[in-house]
Amino acid sequence: METLSNLAMGFGVALTPFTLFLAFCGCFLGTIIGALPGLGPSNGVAILIPLAFALGLDATQALVLLTSVYYGTMYGGRISSILLNIPGDEPAMMTTLDGFPMAKQGRAGDALVISGVASFVGSFLSTVGLVVVAPILASIAYLFGPAEYFALYLLAFATLGGMTSSNQAKSAFAACLGLGLAMVGLDNAGLPRFTGGNLHLMDGIDFLVAIVGLFAIAEIFIFIESHGKNSAIGVTIGKLTIPWADLKASSGTMLRGTGLGFIAGVLPGAGASLGSFMAYMAEKSWVGSKGRFGKGDPRGVAAPEAGNNAAAGGAMVPMLTLGVPGSGTTAVMLALLMTLNITPGPLLFKEQPEIVWGLIASLFIANIVLLIMNVPLVKIFVKVLMVPPWVLMPMVTMVSFVGIFSLSGSYFDMLLMIAFGALGYILRKLDVPTVPVILGILLGNAMEDSLRRAMVISDGDWTYLFSTPIAVGLWLFAAGGFLAPMFLRKIVKRPPIPSGDLPLDAD
Amino acid sequence: MASDRIFGLVVVIGALAYFAGALSIQTSFLSDPLGPRAFPIGIAVASLLCGLTILARPDAEPDWPGRPAWLSMGVALAVLVAYAYSVVPFGFLVPTAIASAAIGYLIEPKAAQSAVMGVTLSVILFVLFKYGLGLGLFAFPRSLMG
Repeated sequence: METLSNLAMGFGVALTPFTLFLAFCGCFLGTIIGALPGLGPSNGVAILIPLAFALGLDATQALVLLTSVYYGTMYGGRISSILLNIPGDEPAMMTTLDGFPMAKQGRAGDALVISGVASFVGSFLSTVGLVVVAPILASIAYLFGPAEYFALYLLAFATLGGMTSSNQAKSAFAACLGLGLAMVGLDNAGLPRFTGGNLHLMDGIDFLVAIVGLFAIAEIFIFIESHGKNSAIGVTIGKLTIPWADLKASSGTMLRGTGLGFIAGVLPGAGASLGSFMAYMAEKSWVGSKGRFGKGDPRGVAAPEAGNNAAAGGAMVPMLTLGVPGSGTTAVMLALLMTLNITPGPLLFKEQPEIVWGLIASLFIANIVLLIMNVPLVKIFVKVLMVPPWVLMPMVTMVSFVGIFSLSGSYFDMLLMIAFGALGYILRKLDVPTVPVILGILLGNAMEDSLRRAMVISDGDWTYLFSTPIAVGLWLFAAGGFLAPMFLRKIVKRPPIPSGDLPLDAD
Repeated sequence: MASDRIFGLVVVIGALAYFAGALSIQTSFLSDPLGPRAFPIGIAVASLLCGLTILARPDAEPDWPGRPAWLSMGVALAVLVAYAYSVVPFGFLVPTAIASAAIGYLIEPKAAQSAVMGVTLSVILFVLFKYGLGLGLFAFPRSLMG
């Protein structure tokens, strides 16, 4: 009951005309960003954060705008998967497997409607799940001391690396790189570290600069390398009708996909890509040889879309309750919260309930708005896909520059952003995941802080780190999460995915 | 193979440099048991292990682009750096138009099309940022604007 009254309060915060307007804009922008190949949830939200500040929005409004964008990108990713066989973002990869065959059979409209509804089911139910699970997890998180938090951060890095890369050493290095960069600047005792005497570096490296550089600027180099071959020209869809029979036939699929996706989202480090992958593979084996998976089965569109949207909601759970993001995009959302001076964690639920519940209410609102936009109005977004890359990428570049420039007004941050862009390109070529770098920069100082506080409490006794059952459990999960993929990778093979230029965005 | 060997070597050298950097951090008397050096040293050691692992077990050679693509990306990098230096002294419109046109041209080499796009984009974004979002941008060099 308490949950319901909290939710009612949240709707009170989120249902003002202006926030509704923001939610509407965010959903619209988000769907476009998701649909455009090359722009996905992480870089889409990243380049919009500085602009949200430039608008002078308060915390709730900024959150409403950017969560709408986040959910919108999850809906939008499917559009180019279905029409072009190019995933608009990484989580939408699995949707190409059956979505594009459906489009080739002249059923593009049906595929868009089914996937739109599946997206809605997935994200709506996972937001309900968030409402139920988050307060429980927040009450457990109360028991966490510095030792547990240190182990939790370690768990986040171990699992994130394990899931996102095919080479553990490289993903571990990515985390180290991020952590190492986080150390630049004054430490919590006010001593400068790794600044080389450069005054610009005293405040540390702004994580927004790193995020925009690694995600958006790096994408520009990728596009220049490929000359934007994967552009969309001449896509048409016929009259939209609602395929009730297919929707009915795939309702079970959507529910199963939602369940799996939500679990994948809650697990630290897994994220939406794994959610859609698991949902698709599970559905394929559930249906067995009766299905026509890979040849245009509507269930093959419904499952991954329900899965990735449910994971998007699930990933909010650890981010809000523990301050540890479960995916690349939630890492960007965490960056947003930190810039707004909001520290996610159990205390947030107690001290600033209006922010948490306002955010959750705005997720519900965003879902309804997105369903309306993405089913009857999907043709508008199909038109947007026609924007050629030689217009899109300069636009992304300039929006990134202006956004970063508006943060600090210094050319130094812009140069740093370009450096991160070049770094991001090289890392991507070498198959080093960039999400752990971001996570390292975001969490580095908090991680060091928890370790130092743990050592203060125990007066330098290292065994304190393993002194509670929760801490030991987290250490075991971290070790398991890091080691398991090495063995699982040999057993589970990814299904063939469309070759071509996949977006940089690791969900 | 070769790329990963070089990459691993760079990581190892970087980790050693970071280690040396961590050792030279000033400490104060009023420090906690761990102090400001321990965590960076831990990061350096972990990176060193990663670098050695990458050296020992390199992945297959990545699909590097050819010489023309490297040249294009180098030009793009130079354009972006020049843009970062010039947007404040020269105002928003001109550097943005040139940089946008250059990036567009590098993606699809059609000069006229890129030039038109650059100018149009620059004007649209200026209006959007200045009057839509209220950012304090200057259209032209401040010295010319008086």
